[in-house]
Amino acid sequence: MIYYRYVAEALFVLFTILIFTGGCIAVSARYLMNAVLGLALALLGVAGLYFHLGSPFLAMMQILIYVGAVVIIIAFGIMVGPKPRQEADKRLTGPRNVLISLAACASAVGLLSSLVLQTVWVPAAAKVGDFSVKFLGENLLYQYCLAFELISVLLLAAIVGAIIIAGIGREETGKC
Amino acid sequence: MLMLSDSLNSYLIIAVALLALGVFGMIRHKSFIGMLISSEFILSGASLNFMAFNRFLAPNPAVGQIFTLFIMGLAAAEAAVVVSLILMVYHQCRSIDPADVQELQH
Repeated sequence: MIYYRYVAEALFVLFTILIFTGGCIAVSARYLMNAVLGLALALLGVAGLYFHLGSPFLAMMQILIYVGAVVIIIAFGIMVGPKPRQEADKRLTGPRNVLISLAACASAVGLLSSLVLQTVWVPAAAKVGDFSVKFLGENLLYQYCLAFELISVLLLAAIVGAIIIAGIGREETGKC
Repeated sequence: MLMLSDSLNSYLIIAVALLALGVFGMIRHKSFIGMLISSEFILSGASLNFMAFNRFLAPNPAVGQIFTLFIMGLAAAEAAVVVSLILMVYHQCRSIDPADVQELQH
């Protein structure tokens, strides 16, 4: 009966590989559509990790909101943008920037990872509640009700603002 | 046996790697949309951190999930606004290269 733990472990490694494959595609793709598909792959892997962290609800929300909405918005932004073949060579910065950014990212990974590995993490003494959707919904609608309403107002403002900004851009052209 | 999926450190290191991928892509891409894609990586690294601490350390397991939900909502709003801004810039300047947008640079 211990086999299911090996299956879970293999799935964890698979999701990690998905994240890194998608991330490498997204940061090094010459065509932006490939980069968006890499982003979708990496976000699917992150959704799998949420499943491992005990929250299937958040995993479904990740797939619904990120892979379903954000990636599609970015894909629309690419499709109405410039032709992909025209400027594909100018999309990535030169080798000097790559070296500098690789050095910066490697040092950041080294420092933060050593910090993570050195710290002794202390779990909370007493735990309340569980990982069920019922408990999550009760917290969301009683204790964090104000934040819940604020985020809905923020989404409304963002959508109206996005429509207005896109409308302004259509009227006046040729500024620069 | 060492269970990778049951230790906090493996999730935190994956989140660090997501942050580094985002920063690297932010410098590597020379278009607004590429930079937006990289910023999504940084945001998902932050969400993964919240979920990992929520699973292993937090006293109330709903708080981290609610915070991650809010990060998702903010990321959706951010993506919508940024894509419409990119569309406006492309209509006005016929380019999505940050180096070409220099109307304010006088």
